[in-house]
Amino acid sequence: MTPSEILSLLEQQFPGKVVSHKLDAIDPWIAVQPEAWHDIALFLRDDERLKFDFLHCITAVDYFEPDPKKAKRVKFEPHMEVVYHLSSFTHRHKIVIKLILPRWKDDVPGQLPEVPSVADVWPTANWHEREVYDLSGIKFLGHPNLRRILCPEDWVGHPLRKDYEFPDEYHGIRAR
Amino acid sequence: MAIPTVRDDNWIEVDVRTDEMLVNMGPQHPSTHGVLRLVLRTDGEVVREVTPHIGYLHRCAEKIGENLHPYQFIPYTDRMDYLAAMNMNLGFSLAVEKLCGMEVPERAQVIRVIIAELGRIASHLVGMGAYGLDLGTFSPFLYAFRERERILDLFEEACGARLTCSYITIGGVTHDLPFGWIDRCKHFLDYFEPKIQEYHTLLTKNAIFIRRTAGLGILPPDMAIAYGCTGPVLRGSGVRHDLRVAEPYCGYETYDFEIACPPFDSAPDEAVIGDAWHRFYVRMVEIEQSVRIIRQALERYPDSKGPHRSPQWKPTMRLPEGEAYRETECPRGQMGFMVVGVGDAIPLRVRARSSSFCNLSVCSEICKGCLIADVPAIVGSLDIVMGEIDR
Repeated sequence: MTPSEILSLLEQQFPGKVVSHKLDAIDPWIAVQPEAWHDIALFLRDDERLKFDFLHCITAVDYFEPDPKKAKRVKFEPHMEVVYHLSSFTHRHKIVIKLILPRWKDDVPGQLPEVPSVADVWPTANWHEREVYDLSGIKFLGHPNLRRILCPEDWVGHPLRKDYEFPDEYHGIRAR
Repeated sequence: MAIPTVRDDNWIEVDVRTDEMLVNMGPQHPSTHGVLRLVLRTDGEVVREVTPHIGYLHRCAEKIGENLHPYQFIPYTDRMDYLAAMNMNLGFSLAVEKLCGMEVPERAQVIRVIIAELGRIASHLVGMGAYGLDLGTFSPFLYAFRERERILDLFEEACGARLTCSYITIGGVTHDLPFGWIDRCKHFLDYFEPKIQEYHTLLTKNAIFIRRTAGLGILPPDMAIAYGCTGPVLRGSGVRHDLRVAEPYCGYETYDFEIACPPFDSAPDEAVIGDAWHRFYVRMVEIEQSVRIIRQALERYPDSKGPHRSPQWKPTMRLPEGEAYRETECPRGQMGFMVVGVGDAIPLRVRARSSSFCNLSVCSEICKGCLIADVPAIVGSLDIVMGEIDR
């Protein structure tokens, strides 16, 4: 299926849940509502016409410029995106699904934004969601074991956030 | 009252305790391929659960990528999968080229194919040798390194470095191949090809090796797909999928080669598709196929047109707005790079999708119910590199 056919199928199946899309991008993407993501993921995997059985990668992108001087020049609003690269072994087509989130839940700094976990839909997501939680600070609701995977358990902060502050020391080890 | 004997099942049940025990393997265990820690929940000799703990080699290369120009990030990709540095360079370069819409000249494409396939052979040789080491045989490792050394000599001659090459770069390769390199590469292939048969005699057909690997750690194809396994791990389960064929890059579609995928005629009777033996054998077949590809590419090299690097590439180049994700078939699976540009010279985000990361995540499933001694045999058959998992 072409990306536009996938888009119209999603819009028909989940009216009002497709937030935005860009089909002329290098990798065509469709942004969906985070609350509906788990249902959409199940539909993407199980529908006979789609059969997206392979999740390549989950990426979180932090659109934020910490430097106030540069922030005036950037063209994006501060937000987070969670990007899912999907493809199908059956139909040999692929699509990129995006969830667009605020940088902090309810815009309260320190409150991690939340999205539903898809670890039960694609087992690949289990470790990838842990990695995204660890490095980018996004909470996956319903994840079976959401703890840090690459950083130590007692690490403070999420390194891939743009406003992350490098620690001065860690257990007596100088970090700067 | 009858006196209990050793042969009496009830008597043994009462006396032998079968409490579960946690066994910690690693992070400094020689058979875990780097700093991987496995926590095994064991019932006697039988493994009930395996929990991998990773991150001991975490350097957050993705954060480094957000602060550097893409061409400055190339050396960091070397340090991800340090056994196949050339293939890592290629993956990242292709992602940046996809974002910038850069055309790569024909000559650079041919050099890339030669170099990437040499890298695949070198990596699979280490995979084979180290796997033998996991199973307790030392000599294949020495033979594998003897041949790998000659590949590294070729790399050294082409770019000056042996392990962390940074040779393939954005827009092409850093230098053209030196004079006489093609002949030396041909000479190496003539020397190397008969050696593959020796490895089969030494390892693949070895009765002990077959007993240790056949029917062990069986990974069904649907589970392999669900866990995102790629490369030899996926093909070992019988899924005929190779990115060089499915989504060709660097002109792979014009080369004549076969996807290494079971069923194999030479498989022993005990081997089941998806087991450790098949994963190992897929790599061995891939070595033969890589030799085939390199021979074709070497024929093409003298007539290939264009410079070795795209004239579109400039150090002052800015990345256009947008994002590009590109996966390549690396020796260990599909390595993906995502680059997000915002019109600046430095990308907003660099993401590396590690193939070993996904391949390792399946080990807790396939190690269930095996013996402790078989855990290194299963983890070794996944052929992981911790530098790539932890990035």
